[in-house]
Amino acid sequence: MASATEPPQQQGGWLEERLGLAAIRAFLAHKTVPVHAHTLWYYFGGITLFLFTIQVMTGTLLLLYYRPSPAEAYESVQFIVTRVQFGWLIRSIHSWSANLMILSAFIHMFSVVFLRAFRRPRELTWLSGIALLGLALAFGFSGYLLPWNTVSYFATKVGTDMAAAVPVVGHNMARFLRGGNDVGGATLTRFFGFHVAVLPGITTMLLLAHLALVQKHGMSSPRWAVEEYRRKGQSVPQMPFFPNFFLRELMAWYAALGVLGSLAAIFPWELGLKADPFAPAPAGIRPEWYFLAPFYTLKLIPSHVLVFEGELVGLAGFGLLALWWVALPFWAVDRKGVERTRWVTGAGVVLLAYLATFSALGYWR
Amino acid sequence: MEEPRRNLLRWLLGGGLSASLISFLYPAFKFMNPPDIPEASVNEVSAGKVQDLKPNTGKIVKFGSLPVLLVRTTETEWSAFSAVCTHLNCTVQYKESSHQIWCACHNGLYNLNGQVVSGPPPHPLEAYSVHIRGDEVVVSRRA
Repeated sequence: MASATEPPQQQGGWLEERLGLAAIRAFLAHKTVPVHAHTLWYYFGGITLFLFTIQVMTGTLLLLYYRPSPAEAYESVQFIVTRVQFGWLIRSIHSWSANLMILSAFIHMFSVVFLRAFRRPRELTWLSGIALLGLALAFGFSGYLLPWNTVSYFATKVGTDMAAAVPVVGHNMARFLRGGNDVGGATLTRFFGFHVAVLPGITTMLLLAHLALVQKHGMSSPRWAVEEYRRKGQSVPQMPFFPNFFLRELMAWYAALGVLGSLAAIFPWELGLKADPFAPAPAGIRPEWYFLAPFYTLKLIPSHVLVFEGELVGLAGFGLLALWWVALPFWAVDRKGVERTRWVTGAGVVLLAYLATFSALGYWR
Repeated sequence: MEEPRRNLLRWLLGGGLSASLISFLYPAFKFMNPPDIPEASVNEVSAGKVQDLKPNTGKIVKFGSLPVLLVRTTETEWSAFSAVCTHLNCTVQYKESSHQIWCACHNGLYNLNGQVVSGPPPHPLEAYSVHIRGDEVVVSRRA
């Protein structure tokens, strides 16, 4: 016989009483995903998240052997890929997954632009997503240095020197990033700290905010799909998130895992040569593919544009372009609230064309 | 009487919290700013023996913590420049085929006076002096 102070056992058992699973089930039962000709693009946010979890898991494994100092970093990665069982695979998956995650994040971003999913009231979802893309690039930049090889050393020299070109605060920014006046051991320790502690902490918080916003506002349906069904006197059909969309998403993750595993096994990520601060930059040096467009642009800008130094002009151009892109939801509608559809599509196409063309030129020239 | 007292308390509470926050953040911010580490000033280094570097070749020499590019242009002519590209900090190299100094990062080219020939570098390379003492090559900072 239960005492007076004990609540009666709820239906569903011990876990139900403690976790309130019925509420979660009810929540999942109400969440839906729009079904239309472009539903496919909804999967890329989930794939990006999936690849991020792969990064966390493989990164944690690499931490067991990696040593963040100029004397040991390269050798420890060499040890991982040559001596540790499956070390080559774990490192290769970490590197390939990082690249695929950024590719998937870019696809997700452009699909949001072309489907106009950033429209009111989803401006903050857009801003948090752009910030997450920035963090993914920061993960890429900081992680690139960690093996302490020639290419990563010079990429970091160039990248941090770009920060130094910012007027007024540039010198201090570059010193903050490098942990001193030049790229060296202090930079490696700092980048390691950013890569495994600072960035994951910020990313986790921002990711939760991004997912909460997606949850709050639901999945956006493109306006043309809404109009099309409205003309028929219907609303856009919906698919239950759980289990229908969730199982499809799992299949997409499985496919992504297949692509990732194949790439990592067939094309193991190279280690290159150990960084030597007193060796010249090798011919054919270039950054990771997602930094190729700005890299090639900087190659083309002459030493001086009017009275300004070329690198400052380039930096100002990238800054303005980034600002304009971040502010997309705010200029995508005019003062009367009418959407500037052509402007948005045009901007998306031009940016995509710039990134694709300049990345290709940066790779091959 | 009640309202001004309430406002005063709000200010005190808000001010106290802000002051606490600043007192937490200030040391953290200062901690992140790397300290200046004074380095012994280097004015001259030995770059090896004359016979170690053939005519129309170059090599990087450690000048304290800085890389310096030493070039032997002919049997008797030598020159040396800071090996740090003035564009974005990469390390330059001597290109034997064109007798120029080249930065592989963004394709900057300098001539053997350190002047920019083409590409994005905004300034010439800093020149160093080269002296031969016996069979030893000595690179020194220009006065």
